[in-house]
Amino acid sequence: MKRTHTAAATLAAAALVMAATGCSSGGSASTSTGGGNAGGSDAAASLHLPNLKGQKIQVAAVWTGAEQKNFLKVTARFDQLTGASTTFVPTGDNVSTFLGSKIQGGGQPDVAFLPQPGVLQQFAKAGWLKPVDSTVKDQLAKNYTPGWRTLGAYKGTQYGVYYKAANKSLVWYNTAAWQQAGLSKAPASWADLLKDGQTLSDSGTTPFSIGGGDGWTLTDWFENIYLSQAGATKYDQLTKHQIKWTDTSVAKALTTLAQLFGKPTLMAGGARGALQTDFPTSVDQTFAKSPKAAMVFEGDFAATNIAQETTAKVGTDAKAFPFPAVGSGQAPVVSGGDVAVALKNTKGAQALLRYLASVDGAETGIKQGGFLSPNKAAPLSTYTNSVERTIAQNLISAGDGFRFDMSDQSPAAFGGTKGQGEWKDLQDFLAKPSDVAGAQRKLEADAAKAYANAG
Amino acid sequence: MTEVLTAKPPATGGSTPADDRPAARSRRGWITALFLLPALVLLGALVVYPIGWTVVRSLFGAQGFTHFVGLSNYGSVFSDHQTLTAIKNNAIWVVVAPTIATGLGLIFAVMTERIRFATAFKLVIFMPMAISMLAAGIIFRLVYDQDPTKGVANAVAVGIHDTFSSASHYPGAHPRPINHQLTGPAAGPFTTPPLAVSSRPVNLPLVGATPDDLKGASQAAGPRSCPGGHLCGTVWMDFKPGGGTPNAIDPGEKGLSGLRVNLLSGTKVIAHATTSKDGTYTLPAPATSGPVRVQLAASNFTAPYAGVNWLGPTLVTWSIIGSYIWMWTGFAMVLIAAGLAGIPRELMEAARVDGANEWQVFRRITVPALAPVLGVVLVTLMINVLKVFDLVYIIAPGASQQSANVLALQLYLSSFGGGNNQGIGSALGLLLLVLVLPAMYVNIRRFRKENAR
Repeated sequence: MKRTHTAAATLAAAALVMAATGCSSGGSASTSTGGGNAGGSDAAASLHLPNLKGQKIQVAAVWTGAEQKNFLKVTARFDQLTGASTTFVPTGDNVSTFLGSKIQGGGQPDVAFLPQPGVLQQFAKAGWLKPVDSTVKDQLAKNYTPGWRTLGAYKGTQYGVYYKAANKSLVWYNTAAWQQAGLSKAPASWADLLKDGQTLSDSGTTPFSIGGGDGWTLTDWFENIYLSQAGATKYDQLTKHQIKWTDTSVAKALTTLAQLFGKPTLMAGGARGALQTDFPTSVDQTFAKSPKAAMVFEGDFAATNIAQETTAKVGTDAKAFPFPAVGSGQAPVVSGGDVAVALKNTKGAQALLRYLASVDGAETGIKQGGFLSPNKAAPLSTYTNSVERTIAQNLISAGDGFRFDMSDQSPAAFGGTKGQGEWKDLQDFLAKPSDVAGAQRKLEADAAKAYANAG
Repeated sequence: MTEVLTAKPPATGGSTPADDRPAARSRRGWITALFLLPALVLLGALVVYPIGWTVVRSLFGAQGFTHFVGLSNYGSVFSDHQTLTAIKNNAIWVVVAPTIATGLGLIFAVMTERIRFATAFKLVIFMPMAISMLAAGIIFRLVYDQDPTKGVANAVAVGIHDTFSSASHYPGAHPRPINHQLTGPAAGPFTTPPLAVSSRPVNLPLVGATPDDLKGASQAAGPRSCPGGHLCGTVWMDFKPGGGTPNAIDPGEKGLSGLRVNLLSGTKVIAHATTSKDGTYTLPAPATSGPVRVQLAASNFTAPYAGVNWLGPTLVTWSIIGSYIWMWTGFAMVLIAAGLAGIPRELMEAARVDGANEWQVFRRITVPALAPVLGVVLVTLMINVLKVFDLVYIIAPGASQQSANVLALQLYLSSFGGGNNQGIGSALGLLLLVLVLPAMYVNIRRFRKENAR
């Protein structure tokens, strides 16, 4: 939830360079667009964006800092193409509360970015969202896989455009520690990952840094293993709580997770240390001067922490490999993302959504760096560094095999609250990985309560 | 207001006091009402109305006033294990925190009477009061950090511990998981199978020594044979950058020095040696003819003491109470010191003259004389403690938040933090109100008594 956003995803130094280029293109209409990509301009022309001269469009999103600055480049490009003037409103951490009060007061922005599919559904149910028009749908049909489209729909009506994605199936590793242990290729399976972990441990570096102080990193561990091991169908059923957490597939996933959680020597600080390590620290200690661990699992946004809080360089000192397949399943791709929706039925709002769904819109975002687009038509060559490109490729090539973060789709009381529900239960599991059945019982009890309250 | 007042007197002066008494009384009633009005409106809007609203709200479910649930919110409050933990913790808080804070405050107050620089001392003790609960929470989150290089509490614990038992040489070092040479539990000792003494060295490969521990280590030596009748071998880090060949002493692999090597006959240690710089050890020939075993003692591998788990589930409430006492002892001390200044000195002097020692003076004179003040401090702190929220919310990490839960936190969590059930939140709010009432009653009665005096 919060993490994807506060992690203002500036990837590498390259991002800054690109930001400068993006700035010059946004500044005046006469210069060539972005990096001089002719394809992008053609795509922009074929968008048939209306002339919105003098119109004001308000966009609200949770982004701050670099992430916000980068998005302003995108709106600047949109303004340049249409003549509109777009302004940005930061929502603060609690997007649904902010927007809810704005809507009830009648002062809602034209377009807003929602961080969870659950919020989109809640807003659509309340009748607060305006469906996208046919031109936006055309862009979506051309550029998005059905999986990403359905995430932006409620009861068959398309409301949202997934503009920004996060890939949460990555393991970042410290290349120096990796070399020291003589490892060279990314593990292809969970068994290999554990074996490499043992090798790292033998070499004298603790293999895994786990940010167990934040419950959500643990839910992401579970989700990746579960998606790969139990498959997408079961994943969807568990997401909707159509199967219980006491299901054998959950037991299997937790047992698999216990192969790691049950070995204190594989985790920096042991289970006790892991439970007091929050996510930023888990990244920092992996890429610190004398690293406390060799690998840290989390999404692409970990790159921001690496770039901002350590001296390690993404791409040379820090690299990432995709989360390996577990058992006989496929390698999992768990994603997150922000969906743009129209809160007002204006021409400008629809035009902006159309632009965001377009290839040009995606490219402009990608060029700023620290940005992952679910737009399958945006060429991967647009990514400015190889790490970002690999992450994007991993996401795009998953097609519709990807699944959205499960905890982000569950009721907040279960999947999104510190010290409660799934977060707390998995923390307890980390403290006592031998008790799979007990963890399942607690998860089921909390899930049953939260889903019942959410109706 | 002034105009009204200046306008009235002539009117009253115009009539005789006798026949206008009821009118004057009613007018005085009006004026009283007028003066009371602002306070009543404020109290009504800010206190009475919210309480009433909360009572009503507590009878409805999460969806709002459309969903009447009767008293079932109260039912779930008293059956929910989270709330029960909160009630239990609140009980601990109410008993422990005010008592210790008042006790320490009393000690400090009495002691500062006797020392020089009393003001400076009082200032230091009182200073934490100037810090907001939030800031204090953040400070103590750091104080209790597990990592001894960050958390001062654990730095002290580890410092004391390491003074008495020194750290091991190679914590975490272990044999390869599949190793026929050495076996043993994860933290050692690692023992060889029974072997016959021969001139062939017994080499013991280990892995997992950290690069930091290997700083300054030298190349492992591999003697081909042992001096007559002796048992020898090398203990070395069987891993070099890139891996190396398992179970072979490769160039670049370091000897592990300073390890204690035991010679076992059965389970009895019959000899021991320490590895030298290049990892080699030599044990005297065993006197027994039976098979012997070589063992690397567990003391070589004990993990460094990790300190106390201050914020773990068992200690977290007590740790947070500690931070509360740090903040509020100053408050207790200042009030008690003020009370102390009011005690007639003659009483103490008289007692001393009569031969009472200092403890008796303290116990029989000072404390009884201070009883009313101590009562006020205690009750004030109790009310304060019942609603404690910020310290718990900030200091307790996610994993032990539920173990540290208190009612005010549970109220917040169930109303806004994920639960989003303001019905249950309201019920909890009322429970809190009911719990505060006795303390309020005591305080009000005390005010009355003092006014009557």
